Amino acid sequence: MTSTPLVVLENVNKHFGDLHVLRDIDLTVNSGEVVVVIGPSGSGKSTLCRTINRLETIDSGVITLDGQPLPAEGRGLARLRSDVGMVFQSFNLFAHKTVLQNVTLGPIKVLKQGKAAAEARAMELLERVRIANQAHKYPAQLSGGQQQRVAIARALAMNPKVILFDEPTSALDPEMVQEVLDVMTDLASEGMTMVVVTHEMGFARRAANRVVFMADGQIVEENTPDEFFTNPRSERAQDFLSKILTH
Amino acid sequence: MEAFLSNIDRVVDGFSWTVRLTLISALLSFVLGILLTAMRASPVPLLRGIATVYVEGIRSTPLTLVLLFCGLGLNSALGVALADSVQWDVFWWAVIGLSAYTACFVSESLRAGINTIPLGQVEAARSLGLTFTQNLRLIVLPQALRTVVGPLGSVLIALTKNTTVASVAGLGVQEASREMKLMFDQGVAPVLPTFVGFALGFLILILPTGYFFNWLSKRVAVVR
Repeated sequence: MTSTPLVVLENVNKHFGDLHVLRDIDLTVNSGEVVVVIGPSGSGKSTLCRTINRLETIDSGVITLDGQPLPAEGRGLARLRSDVGMVFQSFNLFAHKTVLQNVTLGPIKVLKQGKAAAEARAMELLERVRIANQAHKYPAQLSGGQQQRVAIARALAMNPKVILFDEPTSALDPEMVQEVLDVMTDLASEGMTMVVVTHEMGFARRAANRVVFMADGQIVEENTPDEFFTNPRSERAQDFLSKILTH
Repeated sequence: MEAFLSNIDRVVDGFSWTVRLTLISALLSFVLGILLTAMRASPVPLLRGIATVYVEGIRSTPLTLVLLFCGLGLNSALGVALADSVQWDVFWWAVIGLSAYTACFVSESLRAGINTIPLGQVEAARSLGLTFTQNLRLIVLPQALRTVVGPLGSVLIALTKNTTVASVAGLGVQEASREMKLMFDQGVAPVLPTFVGFALGFLILILPTGYFFNWLSKRVAVVR
C-alpha cells in the first residue's frame, strides 16, 4: 500500500453557535487507506466527515485533498466535490429519477461522459453492488439496503479519489445492514480510500486500517483496529467500548 | 335567448381574446416565476433581496393598480408603446401587467414545492459536483414543479378570471367580459341570458382546466 497523504486536516475548528463541535482536529488519510471514525453521538464525527467535501464549512484550519486546499465555493468547489464520493445515512437518492439515472447523472452532467458510456459503466457498477436487475425502478420502490447500495454505485460512478460514508447503515433495518457492509468490505479490499463514520464495530475490525475515536469534538485516540478494540488507551474509549460491546 | 345566440360570434370572439391573454400571460408568468424562484433560492443575497422585494411588493398590490400602472402610467402618461395599433398596444400592456402579477403567485407556489424536497437530495447533488444552477435545473425544480402542479392549476384559473380586470383597469382590452358589457350597453340582447351565457363560457374554459391539472398532478407525482 502506498502512503501518500490524500486527505489532510490540520488544526480544524468548527462551532455550531456556542457548541464547539470540532476541536483542533488533525487527521491524515492516506491513499488506499480505510479509516473508520467511531464515537458517541454528538462527538462530531459526522460533522468531521462532512467538512471533507465542504458540506460543512470550517471556522479555522486547513483541509487539503491531494495537496490542494479546499476551494471555498463556485466551480472549483464543485470540481473538488466530484472527486470526493459521499454516501449518506438517509441514502438521498434523487426520487424523480430511476436507479440508472441516479447513477449516470453525475458522469453525464459533471464528467461530461456520453450517455451510452455512462450507462454501460453504471450497469457494471450496479452489477458490482448486486442490484443491476432493479436499474429501471425508482428509489421509492426499493428497500433501504437496496437504496444504499445504489447510493454507493452513484458515488463510485464519479471515480472518486475517496468516498466518505456518513453512518451508511444507521437508517437500515437490521437484516439489511449486512448487504451494505458486504459491498463496503469489497470496496475496502479493492483498495478504495474510505472514511467511514459508523457504529458497526464488526466492520471496523474487519475492514479498517485505522480506527479514529472521537469524543466531544476531539480525536481522542487513533490506532489499528486490533490495538484499539483489545487495548484502548483512553478512559473515554474504554468507557465507550464497554457500553457498546456488553449488550 | 335567441337574441343572445344570434350574437354568438361576438361571444366567441370575446372569449378568443380571453384565451389569448390567458395563454400568453401564463407562459410569461411561468418563466418569470421560475426566474424569481431561482433568485430566491440562490446563495447571492442581492438576488434573493431583489426577488423577495418584487414578490412581496407586487403580491400585496391589487391587480387593478398593477394594470392601471401599466395602462395609465406607462402606456398613456409616459407614452411607451408596444405595438402600432391601439388594440395590440393595450393587449401587450395587459399581458405584461397580468404576467408581472401572476409570476408572484407562481413563484410562491414553486417555493412551497422546493420546501418539500429533502435537503439530503440537494446535498447529494452537491457532493456529485453539480453546480448551483445544475442542482436547481436537474434536481430541485423538476421535483418542486411536480409537487405544485395542483396549486399552479389554481393560479392559472385565477389568471383566466383576472383577465377580466384588464378591460376595466384603464386598458380597454378586448376580452370576454368587455364584450359582455358592450352587449349590455348596446342592448343587443336581454341582460340575463347574456350574463348566463358568458358565465357558462367561463365555466367551459375553467372546469376542464381544473380537472386537467388534478389529473396531471396525480400522474406526475413523485413517490417518496
